[in-house]
Amino acid sequence: MEKMEAEVSTVLTKEHASKRKDQQIKRSKNVEHIVLGSIIPIILLIVWEILSRLEVFPAYMLPAPSVVLGTIVGLGQDGSLWGHIGITTYRVLAGFVLGTAVAVVLGSFVGFYQKAEQLFDPMIQAFRSIPSLAWVPLFILWMGIGEPSKITMIAVGVFFPVYLNIISGIIGVDRKLIEVGKINKLNSFQLVSRIILPASLPSFLTGLRSGLGLGWMFVVAAELMGASQGLGYLLVLGQNTLSPETILASIILFALIGKLTDWILKIIEARALHWQDRLVKS
Amino acid sequence: MSLELRNVGRTFAGKQAVRDVSFSAKQGKIIGLLGTSGCGKSTLLRAISGLDSEYDGEIAVNGAITRDIQDEIGFIFQEPRLFPWLTVLDNVTFGLKGTKNEKEKLGKMYLKNVGLADSAKLYPKQLSGGMAQRVAIARALVTSPEILLLDEPFSALDAFTKMQLQDLLLDIWETYQSTIVIVTHDIDEATYLCDRIIILRGQPGEIDKEIGINEQRPRARGSKLLAELKTEILESLDLNRAEESVN
Ligand SMILES: Nc1ncnc2c1ncn2[C@@H]1O[C@H](COP(=O)(O)OP(=O)(O)OP(=O)(O)O)[C@@H](O)[C@H]1O
Ligand SMILES: [Mg+2]
Repeated sequence: MEKMEAEVSTVLTKEHASKRKDQQIKRSKNVEHIVLGSIIPIILLIVWEILSRLEVFPAYMLPAPSVVLGTIVGLGQDGSLWGHIGITTYRVLAGFVLGTAVAVVLGSFVGFYQKAEQLFDPMIQAFRSIPSLAWVPLFILWMGIGEPSKITMIAVGVFFPVYLNIISGIIGVDRKLIEVGKINKLNSFQLVSRIILPASLPSFLTGLRSGLGLGWMFVVAAELMGASQGLGYLLVLGQNTLSPETILASIILFALIGKLTDWILKIIEARALHWQDRLVKS
Repeated sequence: MSLELRNVGRTFAGKQAVRDVSFSAKQGKIIGLLGTSGCGKSTLLRAISGLDSEYDGEIAVNGAITRDIQDEIGFIFQEPRLFPWLTVLDNVTFGLKGTKNEKEKLGKMYLKNVGLADSAKLYPKQLSGGMAQRVAIARALVTSPEILLLDEPFSALDAFTKMQLQDLLLDIWETYQSTIVIVTHDIDEATYLCDRIIILRGQPGEIDKEIGINEQRPRARGSKLLAELKTEILESLDLNRAEESVN
């Protein structure tokens, strides 16, 4: 008996060890990916830095990476950096939430009810063919250049991808799964909550991610059209004060924060969709 | 529950898939549907279940004509149709009502019956084809339905598992006296399980032949009677082939 227990425990530890080994292998592969992926950017940065120091690129056109970094650090030290990042992120998130909320309500409505589709969808499709930035003057006229017009603009940008993905998710739910629900006598509400919602979740999350991406695009437009704070304001400031390092600093910050928020959504997506049978994870 | 089909047919976009099928089954009878691919067997099951209500003719359940989805019905589809976002156990308990504890207890019992006791926590993407089909079988049987419609339920399984599950089906039938309609391509399975075998033929499919089997269950697999029945069925299928080649 004791022997058997001992054996079991060795088997268990062995299993544990092999699992840990698997994880190690996975981690070292990840490290390899990161190293491989960063070789070219690092080389480019070094070349850029050297060429700038040799004054091949004039500093008033393209400052060295170290200067750009210095600008960011400087902004951080005088404390204005957080204000700029904060207000821009706030605008994106507010627009994102607003656009998503409207898209969820309209999208579910249009997805579930054929009548609603016939009523709303042609109009929404027509609006979709208007480049969203064309609304800018109208929004400014209606709401001034304060926060409401900016957030509305971003919301418009976020709305379409989320809306379209919700509808295609709902329409694309496998009829065969719905039949299983019907055989089990689910009522309409249960059909929606137990089958249609989970089945359209992947599409919804895809919509959220592309919506967020557009949100970051639109915040630039919104802040370019007039703002006293924000990363987009830094762009304008850099242009007006002829300091390309400010512009580059702002661009880099946009990239970092945009990537960060997308990464958060990606983690949520991976958690929520762990059941999906996919070949590649994007 | 008793079941009666009167002149049931189905036309898809102007093309008849199956026509003029009539048969009846008293409560607790097992009916087998046999026939070549595309002759409308799945279509008939869908009509009986009420999932499809666009058929011609009438279907009566317990004497009442209806086109709605039946209460107390179990359907094993030709494909597993599992919900990919639910674990195996949650898939099995999908149609159950009651407290979580009760549901899980029952679900685990049926998972054990189909030989998947260890797989309760897996997700469908982690299952093999036969495992997925067995989960679907457990999901349909766990509700102990009064009418059971089975569309080639065991076709994805190895011979041994298949026999075990046929016996499981008979256990459930004995306990609940379910009325069963089973589509199968396996003649041995049909002769082992059914009180009556209905052979469909042609396009559009029609009833070609009905064979009754008045043998007590459990039947001996490979008994002389079943072997004779098999020859009879094979001959009638063979006959069809000869006719088709003439056409
Ligand atoms: N939804 C549908 N729309 C159009 N035609 C259909 C539809 N469902 C079935 N059919 C047609 O009806 C006929 C019978 O189909 P059915 O699925 O009932 O065949 P089956 O007897 O179950 O075949 P198998 O043994 O291959 O499963 C086929 O010719 C098929 O093309
Ligand atoms: Mg079929």
